[in-house]
Amino acid sequence: MVKQIAVFLENQEGRLSDCCKVLKQADVNLNSLSIADTKEFGIVRLITDDSEKALAALQKAGFLSTLVELVAIEVPNTAGALADELIALSESGVNIEYMYSYAGKDGHANIGFKTTTPDKAIAVLQAAGAKVL
Amino acid sequence: MQYFQKEIETMSKEEKRALQSERLVKIVKYAYENQAPYRAKMDAMGVKPEDIKSIDDISKLPFTVKQDLRDAYPFGMMARPKKDLVRLHASSATTGKLTVAGYTQGDIDVWGECAARSLVMAGASEDSIVHVSYGYGLFTGGLGMHYGGEKLGACVVPASAGNTQKQIQLLCDFGADIICCTPSYIIYLAEEIERMGLKIGEDIKLKGGVFGAEAWSEGMREDIEKRLGLRACDIYGLSEIAGPGVACDCQFKTGMHFQDDHFYPEIVDVDTLEPLPYGESGELVITTLTKEGMPLIRYRTRDIASLNDDPCPCGRTSVKLNKITGRSDDMLIIRGVNVFPSQIESVLLKNTDITPNYHINVDRVNNLDTMEIVVELSPTVQLDEVAHVEEIRRRLAADMASALSVSAKITLVSPGTVARSEGKAKRITDRRKL
Repeated sequence: MVKQIAVFLENQEGRLSDCCKVLKQADVNLNSLSIADTKEFGIVRLITDDSEKALAALQKAGFLSTLVELVAIEVPNTAGALADELIALSESGVNIEYMYSYAGKDGHANIGFKTTTPDKAIAVLQAAGAKVL
Repeated sequence: MQYFQKEIETMSKEEKRALQSERLVKIVKYAYENQAPYRAKMDAMGVKPEDIKSIDDISKLPFTVKQDLRDAYPFGMMARPKKDLVRLHASSATTGKLTVAGYTQGDIDVWGECAARSLVMAGASEDSIVHVSYGYGLFTGGLGMHYGGEKLGACVVPASAGNTQKQIQLLCDFGADIICCTPSYIIYLAEEIERMGLKIGEDIKLKGGVFGAEAWSEGMREDIEKRLGLRACDIYGLSEIAGPGVACDCQFKTGMHFQDDHFYPEIVDVDTLEPLPYGESGELVITTLTKEGMPLIRYRTRDIASLNDDPCPCGRTSVKLNKITGRSDDMLIIRGVNVFPSQIESVLLKNTDITPNYHINVDRVNNLDTMEIVVELSPTVQLDEVAHVEEIRRRLAADMASALSVSAKITLVSPGTVARSEGKAKRITDRRKL
């Protein structure tokens, strides 16, 4: 499982840079940043090299932040690599709430997703031969 | 300590009525003789002081409104020459002139007694340390509770408003057991105390508080009592009559005990101005029965409330003022529907995903009133999906629409971003140009 921090941000100029500034000052490195947004607010999802430190710094600075665990797999950067895993999950009835990819090591891609049944998802993925992080 | 002035506070209804009658007869004669605006009003109505024989005749008397005080600015309403006045207070005026109230030494003493009675209701005694975080100045909050505390023989900390970190340090170091401030400020103090990780009962030793100068809800009281482990009493007052202490809750919270040996309350219909029976909601009207510097007869407070005369287990026999549900000044009319900020507050307090801090923006777009309520998400809410936020907003909008009978746009913002006030909270921005 990978630890992700979700940060609530009003859709206002400078909020995202304020958020990143806090992480910079805490000397936390970002591995991934993805944003789900609406007209008025957004939820920024971050994967960092030190989740506890990042969470503490963000909360101290007044950002509404939540720690969430994601199931993550490493897939090769080749055509169809993700399809097999997703088919396996789908056939086992694992529901994915959201998913995104981020850079992995040695030309691989990492895929993180949130599900209500992480244990089952991990078992299915392992059975399908996926590399679970 | 159960009462500050037992013989008065537990006086029988009959004795109270006789006292009120005697005082009303006297004050009407005094006002007629010493206050030109009253002589003019009574003459215009054809009412003579001799027509007032008991408290039952009060409805024969003219009303006084805030504009009368503005017209008489600064000293036209005073019943005594300046040499007899020892203090002037003035209420905040968003538009036009201030309203001034002049106090004689006797008035200050009576007010101090009423404030002292209130402090005892909150659990204070002569051994108490009373921390006053109301502003000191023309506003009556600070000095009113200050004199009340001294009258009681307690030790008063005149902290005044502002500098929250220092306030908390004083609370910890001096160990005050009683605090006086606005309800929005005590919530702010509670947030800061929690943020600093201080322990209730150890670092903070508060046992009771009187909170007034703003309308607040029952839910807010529960929130304050739970977070700070104290008895939260609502206190009522207004600078034109006397500051805090005109009425206050006891521990049984059956309504605020009105100090009706000095201040006689009536509730009137807002439109017809006809007196309403106990239990019915309308505008609170107050007659000062003993004031010397600036007596007011049937003063329309603009506060919306009801009275009750049910017996209270505390033994006090006064009539009681139920929670102020709004100030006719604060009342918003949105698409023809009356909306009070206190209604909004009570909806917010029922929802744990958000904090009780809010701001209302009213505007008029294409001839239609719009209301936006900006609400803070609670720092403890767990959010990682847009749908979660939308769900909180949808539920809040639905609760709000059913409580207010008019729809409002809900905007959710990060915790701590709605401006906090250290005095009276300013919760409404009305951009309508009418």
